[in-house]
Amino acid sequence: MAAVEKTPKQSQNKHVSTPWTDPKAEPYIRIENVTKKFGEFVAVSDVSLNIYRGELFSLLGGSGCGKTTLLRMLAGFETPTAGKIYIDGVDMAGIPPYDRPTNMMFQSYALFPHMTVEQNVSFGLKQDKYPESEIRQRVSQMLDMVQLTPFAKRKPHQLSGGQRQRVALARSLVKQPKLLLLDEPLGALDKKLREATQFELMNIQDRLGITFIVVTHDQEEAMTLSTRIGVMNAGQIVQIGTPQEIYEYPQNKMIADFIGSVNLFEGQIVEDEPDHVLIRSEEAGGDIYVDHGISSAPGAKAWVAIRPEKIHLTKQDLDEPNNCVKGIVKGIAYMGNLSIYLVQLDSGKQIKVTMQNQVRAAELMIDWDDRVSVTWHANSPVPLLS
Amino acid sequence: MASTDVANRASRLPASHWLESLLSSLGIRGRTLVIAVPFIWLVLFFLLPFIIVLWVSTSFVVIAQPPYTHLSADGTFTLNIGDSFGRLVKDTLYIKAYLNSLQVAFLSTVLCLVIGYPLAYGMARCRQATRNILLMLVILPFWTSFLIRVYAWIGLLKNNGLINEVLMSLHIIDSPLNMMNTNFAVYLGIVYSYLPFMILPLYANLEKMDLSLLEAATDLGCKPLKAFFLITVPLSFPGIVAGSMLVFIPAVGEYVIPELLGGPSSLMIGRVLVNEFFSNRDWPTASAVAVAILIALVGPLMIYQKYQDKELEKES
Repeated sequence: MAAVEKTPKQSQNKHVSTPWTDPKAEPYIRIENVTKKFGEFVAVSDVSLNIYRGELFSLLGGSGCGKTTLLRMLAGFETPTAGKIYIDGVDMAGIPPYDRPTNMMFQSYALFPHMTVEQNVSFGLKQDKYPESEIRQRVSQMLDMVQLTPFAKRKPHQLSGGQRQRVALARSLVKQPKLLLLDEPLGALDKKLREATQFELMNIQDRLGITFIVVTHDQEEAMTLSTRIGVMNAGQIVQIGTPQEIYEYPQNKMIADFIGSVNLFEGQIVEDEPDHVLIRSEEAGGDIYVDHGISSAPGAKAWVAIRPEKIHLTKQDLDEPNNCVKGIVKGIAYMGNLSIYLVQLDSGKQIKVTMQNQVRAAELMIDWDDRVSVTWHANSPVPLLS
Repeated sequence: MASTDVANRASRLPASHWLESLLSSLGIRGRTLVIAVPFIWLVLFFLLPFIIVLWVSTSFVVIAQPPYTHLSADGTFTLNIGDSFGRLVKDTLYIKAYLNSLQVAFLSTVLCLVIGYPLAYGMARCRQATRNILLMLVILPFWTSFLIRVYAWIGLLKNNGLINEVLMSLHIIDSPLNMMNTNFAVYLGIVYSYLPFMILPLYANLEKMDLSLLEAATDLGCKPLKAFFLITVPLSFPGIVAGSMLVFIPAVGEYVIPELLGGPSSLMIGRVLVNEFFSNRDWPTASAVAVAILIALVGPLMIYQKYQDKELEKES
């Protein structure tokens, strides 16, 4: 998660429009109860999804969760077994890929090896029979934008991975599609190039106002890029929300665990009032108090997710009735700006805690085998029922 | 490096120790030895015979054993190019046969390509299991002798052969179609015999093509048929070249098929060569014809080689 915290979410701060919260807003892409079966195997199961104009929407999930199949149905390479897809109000059923207002950036880039960079980028425009002068102008504009003008006459095999990726991006953008589909766009790049390209993508998206749908298995990538994320599992969308919502309010254990790192405690609901929940957890070795209600049956089994950065360690021996347990530091990873602590609780459970290194003085620092009090704010735990 | 290698090997193989040390004392390394085997083979069985043919082609015809000599009428040693090679140029028979061979080979290659490309394409796009069966079927004819397969066509094509019998018994035709000893039969025989040589390199090429390229093309607004011509065909060009050369080169010098299936009008250079050699006993002219065929084929062979090199370069 370090990278996400370090890099500010530029695009989201820039345009604060949140059309998905406005019930009157017309969705640009409507996916209605779409199911895709390959023989007996259900790749995508009854997915419904609204995406708004200018969004950068990520489909996030592990391999085989159906995210790529959903993307390929939008591009027209697969036909839904059931359900409908509308792009800008037009039903896409029966419309072949070459007539759709979408372009796709392939995971393998799929650059035409026998064509130069220029020819690759102009390919789509030539299919639409634009006048020669306009093609030339748009291609050179696009190559400028992705900084590939000096490589215009090269063939793909003479380019580096990052350059190829930018050719693929330019080729899919040059037709200014209504919807750009990106399949693991940054998958093949190394970490540094990936971070740079993430911002490049967000910039381009911002400038051209094209709606992006990105498929990725990399939660960090999804968090940085997206206006919203749809988390997929086993062919279904399990949660849709802004990166913040997904991170802070995961709907179940799977999502909490998949996005970032988390400490999960199993317990039982003791009190569930509108203004608070109290969960007794033997795994944590104490009571967990949450400052909002969740409307559940008292006595029900529940889990509590607490992010490592929301837990505080202190060498003081605190004594609170809840949200306070004791443990021994079993490991420290010093990262410079922060440290990751592994704490063995008295209950036997091992948890992960990250804390900023605010002081330099060594004697104030928590050391290996120190006995510590582990506390958190009543606002931090996320109670989960599944 | 080399000496330690030899030493190591010598310690492992004591029996050949004397050979190793003998070779290394002569300055011959293992690598040289390995390359030498095919090299000597080619020198003995290709270069040397070719030089002999070249030698014979510069001689006079005599009624003797062997039927050629380098001594002219006045008994002096002469390299006689005028008789043999001169005849190739002067007598239109040779030029006609030569051009006819090139034409037959060219047309057969085009026919093989037209028939072979869809076949190879279909095979490459099949499921893996089906693909292997189809590949087997393409290779299957090789299990029967080439000569027997060509003979079999006689049984099919002749006037009272299978095809005519069936067509007549079905009352589709009244009198037998004359197919044997025609150019049609020659083309049929060559296309039939060489089709696998076209299909296999094409299949190997098409099979490894990245299908996402076609998806990318259609995604960019290109209809599938157009994508085939803009993407698939150019990318399969090395396969087309390889297959065409494998058909064209042997077809130019083809002897058996025109001899067995062709008529008097299907005059091909291979037949002319055999006639000169065995019927006319004009060894110098026969040799000159052979040399001329070889020179004509060096061109296409070099094109083929160039494409192969290009392919290797791309892959590395």
